[in-house]
Amino acid sequence: QNIKKDMMMMSTRQLAKRLINASTNQTFTRVAPSSSSALFCNSTTLYNNNNKKVNNYSSKNHQEPHEEKDHFEYTNKLEPQVLKDYIPCYTVMDQNGVVNPPSADPNFSQEMVTKMYSTMLMLNTMDSIFYDVQRQGRISFYMTSFGEEAIHIGSAQALTLEDTIFAQYRESGVLMWRGFTLDEIANQCCSNELDPGKGRQMPVHFGSKRINVQTISSPLTTQLPQAVGAAYTQKLLGQKACTVVYFGEGAASEGDFHAAMNIAATLSAPCIFFCRNNKWAISTPSHEQYRGDGIAGRGPNGYGMTTFRVDGNDLWAVYNVTKMAREIAVEKGLPVLIEAMTYRVSHHSTSDDSSRYRTTEEINHWKEKKNPVNRLKNYMVRKGWWSEELEKTTVKEAREAVKNALMKAEKQKKPKISELFTDVYDDIPDHLKLQQQELIEHLKLYPDEYPVDQYAAEDSVQK
Amino acid sequence: MFAVKRLNTSTLLIKGIRSFHSTPIRLAGGHGAPIAYPSLAIENAGETQKMNLFQAINNAMDLSLKADEKACVFGEDVGFGGVFRCTVDLRNKYGPKRVFNTPLCEQAIAGFAIGMAAQGGTAIAEIQFADYIFPAFDQIVNEAAKYRYRSGGMFNCGSLTIRAPYGAVGHGGHYHSQSPEAYFAHTPGLKVVMPSTPIEAKGLLLASIKDKNPVVFFEPKLLYRSAVEEVPVGEYEVPLGKARVVQEGTDITIVGWGAQMRVLLQACQMAKEKLGISCELIDLRTILPWDVETIEASVKKTGRLVISHEAPKTGGWAAEISSTIQERCFLHLEAPIQRICGYDTPFPLIFERFYVPDHLKNFEAIKKSINY
Repeated sequence: QNIKKDMMMMSTRQLAKRLINASTNQTFTRVAPSSSSALFCNSTTLYNNNNKKVNNYSSKNHQEPHEEKDHFEYTNKLEPQVLKDYIPCYTVMDQNGVVNPPSADPNFSQEMVTKMYSTMLMLNTMDSIFYDVQRQGRISFYMTSFGEEAIHIGSAQALTLEDTIFAQYRESGVLMWRGFTLDEIANQCCSNELDPGKGRQMPVHFGSKRINVQTISSPLTTQLPQAVGAAYTQKLLGQKACTVVYFGEGAASEGDFHAAMNIAATLSAPCIFFCRNNKWAISTPSHEQYRGDGIAGRGPNGYGMTTFRVDGNDLWAVYNVTKMAREIAVEKGLPVLIEAMTYRVSHHSTSDDSSRYRTTEEINHWKEKKNPVNRLKNYMVRKGWWSEELEKTTVKEAREAVKNALMKAEKQKKPKISELFTDVYDDIPDHLKLQQQELIEHLKLYPDEYPVDQYAAEDSVQK
Repeated sequence: MFAVKRLNTSTLLIKGIRSFHSTPIRLAGGHGAPIAYPSLAIENAGETQKMNLFQAINNAMDLSLKADEKACVFGEDVGFGGVFRCTVDLRNKYGPKRVFNTPLCEQAIAGFAIGMAAQGGTAIAEIQFADYIFPAFDQIVNEAAKYRYRSGGMFNCGSLTIRAPYGAVGHGGHYHSQSPEAYFAHTPGLKVVMPSTPIEAKGLLLASIKDKNPVVFFEPKLLYRSAVEEVPVGEYEVPLGKARVVQEGTDITIVGWGAQMRVLLQACQMAKEKLGISCELIDLRTILPWDVETIEASVKKTGRLVISHEAPKTGGWAAEISSTIQERCFLHLEAPIQRICGYDTPFPLIFERFYVPDHLKNFEAIKKSINY
């Protein structure tokens, strides 16, 4: 363990003195800072515990008065504290598509709602086809989003393209809503030369400058503290935008979740933490993941963070919550936690068979009683905006579009082999140029042993 | 134990450094004679000031914050000047938005820095001791290093620099003494830099901050106060990926980096005085990507090589250098390449004098190589 002496009770003067002595004597003790300085404070005096002004020996005019007042009451009752109050879950639209209260309906136009529903159908269609395509061995891997469609469309609609997004991997609908095309999805999943990622990452690890989504990576939760740094930078540069980071409830068990929540709160970064609590992390149910009040329960008391719990299968609830969260982030410059309660209807990925650890009854319950797509469909039917006929044509067109994109993407060559060596650094260092040359020479020796023909021709080897 | 004067605290500002004694450096543990280490000459240096290593580092960050309004300096306790005084006064000059404390969480610091860089900011992050960089290992190795490659060059976190004090300090024990460079040097996409003098520390740090790749910058804490030079006050860069021939010689090549350079200079001087051996001493300066050519040319000339680092021998960076030079200089080698390193144990407190690869162990290696 690190040497971490708690000096919280020392006066600033004592602390400073201790540290001067420590550093002068080259004695190393890690100490907790005696006072936290709020990010954007303009206060110019440092106070010690007796609230007397003191001169900090090296840094003038930078700290707010240290908040000495405790927020809690003292009590003489010996009472262990246990979990009592659960954060309620905001929901406004029932399975029949009825919105209550009516004022919670954002009242989007028929055109907009139709586009939302069609995008959900497109997402489902794409997932079905790509899942099968992986099963046929045409792509190496895939992850579907069944059951989480409302989260994708609802949250994405509440954001702007200026809002930077960091995703986990089950947010394809968010990218779609921001304008990521079927071609772009297919190119990435097929690892062809049109993939801006140059085929280097597994399928579903999308990224796009155009729609302001940072490239997805496999290590879970690493994107959370990164999103905080991005959000802080947006605020520092005076941009009227925030950063939104998506993650699952399993990922929230990683240390990076704690790291990110705490640094976001202490530095007041306009970051929206969007947790998709779909009850399963591969085969691990959420009761083996945590014993507190879900993820939302950690927000207010744990990190002092504004928090929402929302029905993730209710499009309008998700939209309303995300919209309010964005206002808090952008207008007040503060982080927000959203926990969207949902269910992972699909397998975890193409490498997983979820029937081995959960019942069909359970899945069907969510498919029938709490289906986000059907919920929106019923809403539209009530308004007389939808029919089975429309549904059929929409799905048919979606299937065609997905198949076309896939066939086009499969026809493309893989990226140039020389791309194996680019982008490791901004330029190619000498030792890598050498290794690149070694590979070229090696391929000359065995022209028929490697699938060189499937890769794009070298126009010019990078020098 | 160090020849460091207890300071009047008001003299800690850069302008007060004239109160510093330019003491020759004693080595870790206080053994060995004080030695004068040759300074790097900077062309058109202009005005210079006497600075120790922490002040040179402070000066580099000061210039970076001044030149780039998107630059931020952050980490544990950096706000009040840092536990080694490297960030003194920066918060006063540039405000608490740009120079700030973070919670005590290394993975947060590294992840935050990556996000800042990816969003277009310039992140200068501090990890309080290199020994505590491991909680951030995932962020640095899986994320920072691969950010550009995995996105096809679409995104990068190149404007990111992570500074951390490293190395033996006389009484640091397990967790205030480590040299973790080899862990990071095994990671494509990172640059790893380890300066050995105030002038080079400033120039290399300025180059690291400007470099378009994530850089891990390990500062020899032993030298923070004890290494003092006339450092140019203006902007200049010492290029990354280039070694420095500190002393030319003809009989044997000696390679090291960071605080080890003074130990090696002493061993070279001993070899000269006692045996009349002419040592070519090279400071690698950048561990990754490293300057193969300079060392190769030197070994082709001398035919002998000793590499020395504080970190444990097995899997240490000397192994990489040794293997590469053996491939490239096979016909020129007159003796086996030797690695004089820390032992394959955790860094011990009370046995430090015996543990470190001191000048005597290196002197013996030189002798052995010459007599082979």
